[in-house]
Amino acid sequence: MNNSSIDISSAIERRRRISFGVTLLVVGLVIYLLFGSNTKPGSLTTFGLNLLGSQAIEVSDLVIPALPAVHLMAAIAVFTGAYQLARGVRSTGWLIGILAFTFVFAFLMWAAQDKSFNLTGMLQSSLVRATPIALAALCGVISERAAVINIGIEGIMLMSALVAVVTATVSGSLYVGLVSAIIMGGLVAAFHAFLVIRFKVDQIISGVAINIFGAGATSFISSRFMAHATDKLNNSGTFPIIAIPGLSKIPVLGPVLFENNLIVYLTILLVIVMHIMLFYTPWGLRTRAVGEHPKAADTLGVNVYFMRFVNVTLGGMIAGLGGAYFTIGSVGRFDEIMTAGKGFIGLAAMVFGNWNPIGAYTSSLIFGFADSLQVKLQILRVPIPSEFLLMAPYIVTMIILTGVVGRAIPPAADGQPYEK
Amino acid sequence: MSNTTAPEKKEKKRSAIWSELLVPVLAVVSGLILGAIVIVVSGENPFRAYGALFTGSFGSPVRLIDGLQIYSATGETRQLLRAFYPLTESLVTATPYIFAGLSVALGFRCGLFNIGAEGQFFIGALSAAFVGYSIQGLPMIIHLPLAILGGALGGALWGMIPGYLKARFGAHEVVNTIMMNWIAFRLSDWLLDGPMKGPGFRPVTPTIFETAELPRFFPDPLRFNLGFFLALLAAYLVYWFLFKTTLGFEIRSVGANPDAAKYAGMNIVRNFVLVMVLAGGLAGLAGSAQVLGVDYWVGQGFSAGYGFDAIAIALLGKSHPLGVVLAALLFGFLRSGATNMQSMASIPIDIISIIQGMVIVFIAAPEIIRWFYRIRAVKKDETVLTRGWGS
Amino acid sequence: MTNVLELRGITKRFPGVLANDKVDISLREGKILALLGENGAGKSTLMNILYGLYKPDEGKIFVRGREVEIEGPNDAISQGIGMVHQHFMLVPVMTVTENVMLGIEPVRGGVFLDREKVAKRIKEISDQYGLEVDPHAYIKDLPVGIQQRVEIIKVLYRAADILILDEPTAVLTPQEVEGLFKIIETLIKGGKSIIFITHKLKEVLAIADDITVLRLGTVVGSIKPQDATSEILATMMVGRDVSLVVQKGPAKPAEPVLVVENLYVRNERQHLTVQGVSFNVRKGEILGVAGVQGNGQTELVYALTGLLPLESGSIHLLDEPIHRATPRDILERGVAHIPEDRQRHGLILTFPIHDNLMLCTYYKDPFAKGISLQPVSIFKNAEELVEQYDVRTPSIYLNAGTLSGGNQQKVIVAREFSRPIELLIASQPTRGLDVGSIEYIHKQIIKKRDEGAGVLLVSSELDEILALSDRIAVMYKGRIMDILDADKTSKEQLGLLMAGVHPAESSRK
Repeated sequence: MNNSSIDISSAIERRRRISFGVTLLVVGLVIYLLFGSNTKPGSLTTFGLNLLGSQAIEVSDLVIPALPAVHLMAAIAVFTGAYQLARGVRSTGWLIGILAFTFVFAFLMWAAQDKSFNLTGMLQSSLVRATPIALAALCGVISERAAVINIGIEGIMLMSALVAVVTATVSGSLYVGLVSAIIMGGLVAAFHAFLVIRFKVDQIISGVAINIFGAGATSFISSRFMAHATDKLNNSGTFPIIAIPGLSKIPVLGPVLFENNLIVYLTILLVIVMHIMLFYTPWGLRTRAVGEHPKAADTLGVNVYFMRFVNVTLGGMIAGLGGAYFTIGSVGRFDEIMTAGKGFIGLAAMVFGNWNPIGAYTSSLIFGFADSLQVKLQILRVPIPSEFLLMAPYIVTMIILTGVVGRAIPPAADGQPYEK
Repeated sequence: MSNTTAPEKKEKKRSAIWSELLVPVLAVVSGLILGAIVIVVSGENPFRAYGALFTGSFGSPVRLIDGLQIYSATGETRQLLRAFYPLTESLVTATPYIFAGLSVALGFRCGLFNIGAEGQFFIGALSAAFVGYSIQGLPMIIHLPLAILGGALGGALWGMIPGYLKARFGAHEVVNTIMMNWIAFRLSDWLLDGPMKGPGFRPVTPTIFETAELPRFFPDPLRFNLGFFLALLAAYLVYWFLFKTTLGFEIRSVGANPDAAKYAGMNIVRNFVLVMVLAGGLAGLAGSAQVLGVDYWVGQGFSAGYGFDAIAIALLGKSHPLGVVLAALLFGFLRSGATNMQSMASIPIDIISIIQGMVIVFIAAPEIIRWFYRIRAVKKDETVLTRGWGS
Repeated sequence: MTNVLELRGITKRFPGVLANDKVDISLREGKILALLGENGAGKSTLMNILYGLYKPDEGKIFVRGREVEIEGPNDAISQGIGMVHQHFMLVPVMTVTENVMLGIEPVRGGVFLDREKVAKRIKEISDQYGLEVDPHAYIKDLPVGIQQRVEIIKVLYRAADILILDEPTAVLTPQEVEGLFKIIETLIKGGKSIIFITHKLKEVLAIADDITVLRLGTVVGSIKPQDATSEILATMMVGRDVSLVVQKGPAKPAEPVLVVENLYVRNERQHLTVQGVSFNVRKGEILGVAGVQGNGQTELVYALTGLLPLESGSIHLLDEPIHRATPRDILERGVAHIPEDRQRHGLILTFPIHDNLMLCTYYKDPFAKGISLQPVSIFKNAEELVEQYDVRTPSIYLNAGTLSGGNQQKVIVAREFSRPIELLIASQPTRGLDVGSIEYIHKQIIKKRDEGAGVLLVSSELDEILALSDRIAVMYKGRIMDILDADKTSKEQLGLLMAGVHPAESSRK
């Protein structure tokens, strides 16, 4: 690109700058009017930093005067908005970050005024609730990096969730349940891969069929067999919390990061491993080549079909782990349709995370935050119907998908069957 | 496209129809066989189960003959009507399927995958119910169409949102329509327990007024009503719209090749929104038909599974209105029979979802069917139904 | 002198097509064999068989006298065969190093990619053969000429000594072609043997040691360059005498029909690919736009036809501004567009021919009354156009996808020419077509000019530009380098402009 091109490239830039600036101003105003006027002067908001039963060293809670804090947030939003309008901020990420932070923080101030709100608990549950979403997203990343869309993650997770709890209950070992769930996920995904690679079935249709089949089969088994034999089939218990010695003593961070169960740790490990695998190993290079330009990979002797098959199957195993989270990782029993759209939210996290493992995990945390916020707010008895709070994760998903998808660039061959 | 004089086209058409029909029929048969295997594995007799499925959907021949004898002997119609009950009930079940199947099929024709028929159906049903119970004193000739339209509008709104997001921002409609489904469920939870809660303890709407009911053709308990014929009319109109009008031509062009459609001066954005509005409206009509013709009120879980059934129906019917009607009838019979099967043979109704999942796989991968039944492949261009994440 | 490679009796059938019929060719060690044939003659099929991408139905392959089975690219590579594909097989979002190492990645510590080792080897190869390239650059940032070097490096990295170059000059400027020929010479000196596939006669005569001509899947004959002339080769290639010059009278240009001023356009990835372009097209003349592919021509055409929005600048058609107009507006004002990618933009392959023949005018009388389509008129129109434009098809009810490339293009030409037009925009109108179709389309374009329409012809084939145009604009990196009179322009002059070099004296117009 030539240097002289920059002077006229400003039209879109300007539009973007103005729209962001105005949004920030509006949000600042909303914070001031909506939360500011509804917050009693002099009321205090207490943010609890200690978690009951945690090993962390206790620290004193954070007590903040609510109204000044709300006004501060409004001021930050307005100031940033004005600065953006006048000068322009380069980083879109910062803008969105400030936007979300000021609004959510002011909202919490208002919602928890005169009450105590456990921040550490909130962060901890965000991380936990992000886990199945992150696993779904990682499944999406690994499949789509090899250009196969797997929209059947939801169905895979349901089936694995059921398999996990049944095998764990029958065998009496949670690890048997975990392994079975992973194998189950791998098998279903391998079937998906087989359909779309060998028979060139439309990837989305195959995924939808897996979802329908998964929902039907699990509901069938659940009501035919498990409903009357809960103790024998559907009562496995859950993985215990493992506190990592030393690290779990750190205040706030300890309970959030280092007092979790096996599946949460495995997820974080997977993110790191997958990142290294994708960008620093031959397997990753081939996977990405197959996803971007399968023909080029083929002419260099890389077996496109094999790479895709392996990746989709591995992805299914990760989704299987995500399925196991729902039962043996959190409640210890199977309920019909208990995944409640998490598989799809995971796909949105994948898009938002730009098909990168770390990005996908980070955006899963946002969804996990929205999810756990919704639960906490119900406990705080916020004057908003709980049904609307329950919508939050879905609405956040739509907003993020809409705002991001134009700029997110999927692997070039994503969703296309490969023909020699 | 039927009105042509070219004889070769008719010849081609006839053999094409056979090969088009063969795969769906075999797919359904295979699905049923696999379903039978599941039944055997779960420890029931598949013949007994499918027997119950059959009498549940078509009625028992013995009863029919009994009913006829009683009628000819005494002029008493009650027994006869009872014997017809399963058959009419299947048609009643098929009615919303036709609408919802058309909704998904219309989306497919434009290259959009509407997984949101479920939510659109629910919102449509709530809107229709609202018009049905909140307005009093209107004559039927005004109230009924108003209520039907209310359902269509509710669904259309629910379809328009993901349609607009897709057209304007390129946000993938599959994820967004699913999210809209969940939002619809939560919204309805709130409505049914709040603003739209009827008298009584249960979270259900009030019962609609009689002036908003779709007329039934037989005395109780037969629920067969005008809705079925409205569904057939809708199928014809969708057919006409898609294949005989310029608007339909645009939609099919956008679906088949959006780049070429843009080149030819068609407005992709407008078509995406239009199709999602119409598809939402059709799913909303399914809700109208169910509330106004069958249930008269809406409760939680009202929409259970209609959206996914609709996908199977649209695929099975190859996104053609006639095919959709046939597939919807099949599913109507299956679902209605499955209720009987559940009570007679204690096979959970979810078996139908299992069969459905299989049928979709077989339809989407006709090679499996061809390979299994050793049918020679007919070379033809497959229409692309869906695309990746890009706009 | 030994044959390093021999193909004997290679036959390959595709459904309905005999792509190769008992083809024999042989390549002498250290020599250049030119494989000549027009589009669709079966050259690429043959090379894909040699490279293991297709399996032949019959025939044998001998490498250095030994019969070999080539089941896939890996077999070809291990036999020392390397291929530089016509459409580069490079992953744009990866670096040169990553592209080169793909498939045979050296590792450190058992699992980790050893990028440095590969980068070092690339440097060595670059130095040895004069293929300069930055191993850490991303492919998407490199110009096509350099990308081609990367392709050659890929082959050399795999230690190939038999190189297949498939239409390597198609995307290069004449000067870049010179450079490529120098590289080929170095390669030959380094002991490599080369198969050079092309349909360009002059290149064959310039570089080949042996020439084998293919037509309709069979070998027509082999000839030495010293015994051949362009005319002899053309006749062998096409099977009849072909006039290499397009017959056309002098242009009678009138007032401008299209005036473009200071146009800036962004492509779909938001890159500014047209930067300040100004020109006009007059009635009754053909303005050719020359340039190496990817220098903004595609986006220029998209902007003119409303498929991409303008960033800034103005476009006037018959004195009326059209820079905010929709594709339909532009179409209705009498602009016909033969699009660059006929299968992507020009046709709906899954629709019948009759629908494709009214794709742009379906909403108008007589094809529609109100919103109701009129099948009788649609079929009648199709029958007439198929007849008039010589589209070879058994029936207008068949899908457009069943037609050959040439006939698909005729459908587009028929559709676009069947309405009254003021301006014809033809983008790569003959790409991938056989000589018969090319001649036909050229005649039609000239006919339109003589009827008084303005024609904007965009082509990366210099010969086509020179043969048809009255004036020639050369695009480079989104700008017009110069606009020249066709009869006062040489190929060399154009080539320099296409490479972004202003010749000292240019006949500026």
